[in-house]
Amino acid sequence: MAVFTRPRQAFAIAGVLGLALSATACGTGDDKKSDNAGSAECAAYDKYEGHDGKKVSIYASIRDAEADLLERSWSQFTDCTGIEIDYEGNAEFEAQLPVRVDGGNAPDLAFVPQPGLVKRFADAGKLKSLGADTKTMAEQNLPADWLKYGTVNGTLYGVPLGANVKSFVWYSPKLFKEKGWAVPTSWDDMIKLSDTIAASGVKPWCAGIESGDATGWPATDWIEDVLLRTQTPEVYDQWTTHAIPFNDPRIVDAVNRAGTILKNEKYMNGGFGGVKSIGTTAFGEAGLPVTTGKCAMHRQASFYANQFPEGTKVAEDGDAFAFYFPAIDPAKGKPVLGAGEFVVAYADRPEVQAVQTYLASSEYVNSRAKLGNWVTANNKLDIANVASPIDKLSVQILQDKSGVFRFDGSDLMPAAVGAGTFWKGMVEWINGKDTAPVLQGIESSWK
Amino acid sequence: MEFDFAEEQPKFLMLMYGLIAFVAVVGGLLLLLDVVPAWFARRREAQLVAASVSGTPLPRRRKQGEGLFALFFLLPTLLLLMVGLVVPAIRTTLLSFMDAGSNNWVGLRNYDWMFSDSSIVRVLINTLVWVVLVPLVATAFGLIYAVLVDKARFEAVAKSLIFLPMAISFVGASIIWKFVYAYRGDGDQIGLLNQIVVSLGGEPKQWLLESPLNTLLLIVIMIWIQAGFAMVVLSAAIKAIPGDIVEAARLDGVSPWQMFWRITMPSIRPALIVVAVTLTIATLKVFDIVRTSTNGNYDTSVIASEMYNQAFRYGQNGQGSALAVFLFVLVIPVVIYQIRNLRQQREG
Repeated sequence: MAVFTRPRQAFAIAGVLGLALSATACGTGDDKKSDNAGSAECAAYDKYEGHDGKKVSIYASIRDAEADLLERSWSQFTDCTGIEIDYEGNAEFEAQLPVRVDGGNAPDLAFVPQPGLVKRFADAGKLKSLGADTKTMAEQNLPADWLKYGTVNGTLYGVPLGANVKSFVWYSPKLFKEKGWAVPTSWDDMIKLSDTIAASGVKPWCAGIESGDATGWPATDWIEDVLLRTQTPEVYDQWTTHAIPFNDPRIVDAVNRAGTILKNEKYMNGGFGGVKSIGTTAFGEAGLPVTTGKCAMHRQASFYANQFPEGTKVAEDGDAFAFYFPAIDPAKGKPVLGAGEFVVAYADRPEVQAVQTYLASSEYVNSRAKLGNWVTANNKLDIANVASPIDKLSVQILQDKSGVFRFDGSDLMPAAVGAGTFWKGMVEWINGKDTAPVLQGIESSWK
Repeated sequence: MEFDFAEEQPKFLMLMYGLIAFVAVVGGLLLLLDVVPAWFARRREAQLVAASVSGTPLPRRRKQGEGLFALFFLLPTLLLLMVGLVVPAIRTTLLSFMDAGSNNWVGLRNYDWMFSDSSIVRVLINTLVWVVLVPLVATAFGLIYAVLVDKARFEAVAKSLIFLPMAISFVGASIIWKFVYAYRGDGDQIGLLNQIVVSLGGEPKQWLLESPLNTLLLIVIMIWIQAGFAMVVLSAAIKAIPGDIVEAARLDGVSPWQMFWRITMPSIRPALIVVAVTLTIATLKVFDIVRTSTNGNYDTSVIASEMYNQAFRYGQNGQGSALAVFLFVLVIPVVIYQIRNLRQQREG
């Protein structure tokens, strides 16, 4: 053609050619056949066979090093079955997941840490109920109360995956031994110990609730843990389901009791400043002064073990360890607060169900636990596969059938309250606002 | 670090597809831009030749063909505007009259909530404080600076110093200022502001916790970023004042003060309005600074950040949409004022 004489027209031709090329290139998908299938170590995955080359996408909030562990944990499964798992972790998972789902771009599976969010999707009709195999597997392997958290209106949607135990107080066994302090076994002991430590010039407690978008959550854990100790689990359930108002006198009482530690200038905030510094201290940094002797105790979940700098010995005789957040009335038993994430499905293709079933299986939980820093309520987990002492303790607590376990209340509530006004209210509370107006504000936001 | 090319192959493949698609789209557009006008030109040429050969007068240039041509180029823009702006705006408005899950109509309940909930009223007041202070202070600061450094020695250096923060993203700037405001209870202060306070013998403070001081401190960040923009535009406007006017004023013996109010200010009025309007709209939309610095806690939230929280984090679509609509309504008068001004200038 006569028109194509100038150099820039060469670009145009290249462009058109490129379009043609890209159209043909799409046809050559890579369907690599798994060569391991049939070998001895793949025998365990026989029941998931038959989906070779299929893709399953998973979306969650877990990123970086932990995401690498996740991908390693199911690598044998993907090698053996040929199912390709496309994992994506996002720091703003909770905000982005609804956007993706409403936008028609839902992942096949998502790991949702909030039963409240599971309920929201289930109510909107976005979730697929579990397949028969998954359901059987989940019912066999997981405790009934955990399944309850994944159930909405009688239908099981979420399979519990990872878990953590929140009722821990981190301390330095070395420092305690040096100063002759004993690990408290009751609330009164703990207060007495706090006074002793405060008198010695060290701030007994440190805390931090800054967590970016989620600022405030560590304080909600405090309230929940205290409420479980001052009231019965039934009251706790009524509170999380809004059967009693948020500013019920019993809740006010629990918040005030938590305040005797959290809002006590004599106790707070080791290494960071006054009570108000709790609001601006990042939760990940808050407990670190435990290892430097600037504060003695830090209430935080089992996963806090990962926050200590490399080289910190996390053990009963090391630089950091945790004791059970003591009961107030020993007669009421040892209640435990915990949390975890749930695997929910937005698609019910057979390969998606296969992956969902696999994630509830003993093969998976043991494979993941062997990689370290992970706990689950799944009773097929062999405690021998758990290395860290604090994780071992957590597994024992989770598998203890006689124990009273309750799920993180703010995660059970609707997001507008649990991840909204409750967090915000706690920030204001720490910043000096009184208990009554804060709880009244949260109550009025719960519709 | 190990890097296995074979393992990353899918990513490279994706990258290649992206490159090819880019070349295809851009190349295709270039081709169109080249071929279509060339075709028109050749047709015109042929008509000219035919006209000169036959001796008949040239056929009148038809507007119709060109209108179609213009439409052809306008169409993608119109389409994208519809998909990206008009339809979402209508949808958001509709959602603002619905409940949290966008299932049932609730009438004006979301708007009622917006003006009765004390924390949201606080958000509206904060936004008002932002919108009043940022354009005012940033424009004033930019103007004074532009006048002071005008024709001074090292003018370029002085101007670039103020302009530099413009190059930093809002999030980056907020992080920088968070360090300025940082607080350490005991030991050395790592925050500049607290260090200054301590060296003057004061007590370190948690700046971002105290309302309403914290909102003002966040506004400082915005002014820090935007003053450079105001300064550059106003400085250009000052330089554009015709030399003979300035000279005439000098001959008349004006004082610097009169020079500023009688000559400079009237001459740069249009530029001042543009700067103020641009800053007002930018301020109404402020989100990054609040989210990065305090995440809306401690009574610092503004409409845009509250809208995001309500709609995306709390799942309150109706309330989030109502805030979005309100923000939109706030922007409209500013835009109308700007358009009227432009029109007046064109006529005048």
